[in-house]
Amino acid sequence: MGSITLEHVEKAFGATKIIQGASLEIQDGSFVVFVGPSGCGKTTLLRLIAGLEDVTGGRILIDGRDVTSVPPAKRGLSMVFQSYALYPHMSVRGNIAFGLKMAGTPKAEIDRKVESAASILNLTPYLERKPRDLSGGQRQRVAIGRAIVREPKAFLFDEPLSNLDAALRVQMRQEVTRLQRQLATTAIYVTHDQVEAMTMADRIVVLNAGRIEQYGSPLELYEHPANLFVAGFIGSPKMNFIGKDVAGQFGAATIGVRPEHITVARDGEGWEGTVGVAEHLGSDTFVYVDVPQIGTLTARTVGEMGIRVGDRIRLRPDERRIHRFDAEGRTLAA
Amino acid sequence: MARKVTGTKTAISTGAAWIVGFIIFFPILWMALTSFKTELDAFATPPQFLFFHWTTENYGVVQERSDYMLHAINSIITAGGSTLIAMLIAIPAAWAMAFAPTKRTKDILLWMLSTKMMPAVGVMVPIYLIYRDFGLLDTRVGLVIVLCLGNLPIVIWMLFTYFKEIPKDILEAARMDGATIAKELFFVLTPMALPGIASTLLLNVILAWNEAFWTLNLSSSAAAPLTTFIASYSSPEGLFWAKLSAASTLAIAPILILGWFSQKQLVRGLTFGAVK
Repeated sequence: MGSITLEHVEKAFGATKIIQGASLEIQDGSFVVFVGPSGCGKTTLLRLIAGLEDVTGGRILIDGRDVTSVPPAKRGLSMVFQSYALYPHMSVRGNIAFGLKMAGTPKAEIDRKVESAASILNLTPYLERKPRDLSGGQRQRVAIGRAIVREPKAFLFDEPLSNLDAALRVQMRQEVTRLQRQLATTAIYVTHDQVEAMTMADRIVVLNAGRIEQYGSPLELYEHPANLFVAGFIGSPKMNFIGKDVAGQFGAATIGVRPEHITVARDGEGWEGTVGVAEHLGSDTFVYVDVPQIGTLTARTVGEMGIRVGDRIRLRPDERRIHRFDAEGRTLAA
Repeated sequence: MARKVTGTKTAISTGAAWIVGFIIFFPILWMALTSFKTELDAFATPPQFLFFHWTTENYGVVQERSDYMLHAINSIITAGGSTLIAMLIAIPAAWAMAFAPTKRTKDILLWMLSTKMMPAVGVMVPIYLIYRDFGLLDTRVGLVIVLCLGNLPIVIWMLFTYFKEIPKDILEAARMDGATIAKELFFVLTPMALPGIASTLLLNVILAWNEAFWTLNLSSSAAAPLTTFIASYSSPEGLFWAKLSAASTLAIAPILILGWFSQKQLVRGLTFGAVK
């Protein structure tokens, strides 16, 4: 079991409010990702759940039990740190076994559990090595091994993959997801990388300036963003925002349309503009088009179109997939 | 751009280092030489450097006149005991200041250091009276207490700077792993800070071993450490340079040997953080 509930959780450092009244319901066994720009409070929120920081207001419940003033050691959670935070003076075995040793688990059982965790994570040949003799990816695995061996109520991941190179990051992303499904343990995962968020999460929490902007499944966030911030944050390249007269025609203060929902054509209907930049990725081409009276719009098109900088083209938005926002940035009902 | 080091430059700096080293070492060397002279040679003018009548009779006299072993044991107990107790107090204190600082932490650190700025003689009378009334004069316990308290600020400062170098994440990981604060200190912080702790320990033993003000004033015979033993060769019956030197050589020999064998550790500890 590992359901986690936040009730109006607040955190302030001095006069600065880092978290402003966050309420959240995390179901047992789900994989929840906290995502947001740097300084949005996502790591602080994770540390509040871990108990490494004390809340200024509100309550935190794990499996219905109020743990707001319970020390981290007694919350039954385990954490994987961005820096891995391995114990440098202990072997891999010592690192993974430490939590069990603290819990007073019998030696034979510790050995059995450590060895089974090591075999899941392909660490068996390295058990007697020190962390300094391991590669980045192996250290990361040890940190994960240390977290799983204790069979916690939930895993907390604090940007665990940000120190790995791109290829390894993709591989570890899949491994972490697979492991979490296999163990069916609740996981909270902090990242600033929206690709990680979209690919790994059952549900995503989008944070901005200490506030939860939206909580939903990746596709919900993509298809029905609650406001301008979420609309702009989820999706790559970013959603195009158009204000003024054009938005007025749709009865909104701002409208948004994703680059993949704009059809690019040489002529015909639509907004006319000049291609400023064209990024050819092979499968796709992203064009950045200067449209008079509207500004620069991004559009996605197939790679074969052969669009060059300076070409005059037409952009046709998919009218059914236009997002409308009011003056405060909230999404207007369709 | 890397500086070009020529042969001449190396020779000059090596020479300079030897000169500085010799100047620092000379008093100790002179003391050791004097301890092998007769009293007459000891204050001969001009001073005699190596060509004098070598004798070990001073050591014999010192052995006859006083109980070197008793004083040496007192020194070991007071220097060692005060250091161990100081470490037991300082490790949690430095942990708290390094990893759970409040806005007053800096002030507390400075305040602790400021106690070392006060001349010890300023509190001589009250401490002497307290010791008299509590029966602590000329006891090992009394010396352990005064040496421990006297060096505590330095021990805490040194440990604080070493602890500051340890990533906070690792201690938090231990906390997440279910370690209580005591276990976190014992299993994670202390082993990681071991080089720093070792050099603090060594430096503090040396400071306590050499401390002369309080040991001279608060002990006379039963608990007297080697500093008092040396002092007993100075004034009363006139100056006996050779015997005084013999006593001093005996007194510093153990700490000199300890320092010699631990110099690597000491240097590493003292430059820790400054040189990476």
